[in-house]
Amino acid sequence: MERVPILKLDDVLIVSIQIDLEDQGVLALQEDLAEAVVESAARGVIIDITAVEIVDSFIGRMLSTIASISRVLDAETIVAGMRPAVAITLVELGLSLGGVRTALNLEKGVALLEDRYDAGVAPVPR
Amino acid sequence: MTVHGDADRLRIEGLLRERGESILKRWTDLAAGAGGGHADRALLDGRLREIFQALSRSLEGGDATDLRGLLADLSRGLAREGFAPSDTALVVFSLKEAVYEAVEADEDFALLRGYVWFSKFVDDLGLFTFETYVTFREKIISGQAEQLLELSTPVVKLWEGILAVPLVGTLDSARTQVVMEKLLQGLVDTGAEHAVIDITGVPAVDTEVAQHLLKTVMAARLMGAECVVSGIRPQIAQTIVALGIQFGDIVTKASLADALAYALRRSGVQVTQGTDRRVVVGMEGA
Repeated sequence: MERVPILKLDDVLIVSIQIDLEDQGVLALQEDLAEAVVESAARGVIIDITAVEIVDSFIGRMLSTIASISRVLDAETIVAGMRPAVAITLVELGLSLGGVRTALNLEKGVALLEDRYDAGVAPVPR
Repeated sequence: MTVHGDADRLRIEGLLRERGESILKRWTDLAAGAGGGHADRALLDGRLREIFQALSRSLEGGDATDLRGLLADLSRGLAREGFAPSDTALVVFSLKEAVYEAVEADEDFALLRGYVWFSKFVDDLGLFTFETYVTFREKIISGQAEQLLELSTPVVKLWEGILAVPLVGTLDSARTQVVMEKLLQGLVDTGAEHAVIDITGVPAVDTEVAQHLLKTVMAARLMGAECVVSGIRPQIAQTIVALGIQFGDIVTKASLADALAYALRRSGVQVTQGTDRRVVVGMEGA
């Protein structure tokens, strides 16, 4: 089973999904991500789905679930780079990804998280 | 067709061969009077001559492809010149009259029976021109509908990072789909984070249209862009409330100007009124 790599950039975790995820892969990603958030004390998680062309309701729910898990661990989730066709599919499926923030691309996703920090308390330098 | 019928048919064919010129002349006269009266006479003559020759050939050889092609040309030509389909059919039907005159002059019972068969044959041809006319028109109509769909949904850039979709006309599922796809593609192409959907030109908003709008806004939101719905006229606001449509947390503005101001504010652009309102016209250093 292919695993999706989780990259760390300062206190942001970046997950770029570039393969067609099977249900097993999705569950593994959830576990890996939860562990990585705790381990690195990340403040934000960005899931980049630029390369994802096909989604089903399972993946749609996966995004919501990851967001919920991350929120419990005090990290904000941003889904970046969703394609128009994917967005239309999710809307037609009736999934609005509540609790997930979205950004047009990875760059804007990072900027969004930085805005958050600027507005709130700056993270303690390590 | 019976042997008897075949013999009658041969008589008619013979008649058409022998008196072809005079029948054709009579036909063009009648046709010009019947339907093609306003058409270019020389053009009509030429067309009818070709059709008549193809008709004779098809009666002898039995292959009607040529004839049908020419009839389709005639029908399309007359349709383009603005004639009603009945005019075209009348032009074809007048051939019966021209042939009948020739049959009448020749007092032969077998020829008359042949004429009945011939009359049916011409009726079929007339109906064929009618059909051609209708398919031709339908092609035009569907082409126009497609063009309308393309034309009526532009995505325009209002500002750096702000797109607008001015919707004009009634929204149905097909159009909403086009609008949605164009808007979302526009967001990807320009990297805009704000979009204004202006419905000033939408005559009526019912639950279905509202549903379509909501879906579009949701899809844009999933991609990371915020939508503002603007151009809601007083009557439409009343309808929306009366129907109990909930726009939820979607921002709505009365006019496109308000929506633009809101989007600018959200994207961090400050618009200030200049203190110097003088407009300077002229060249630098002049």
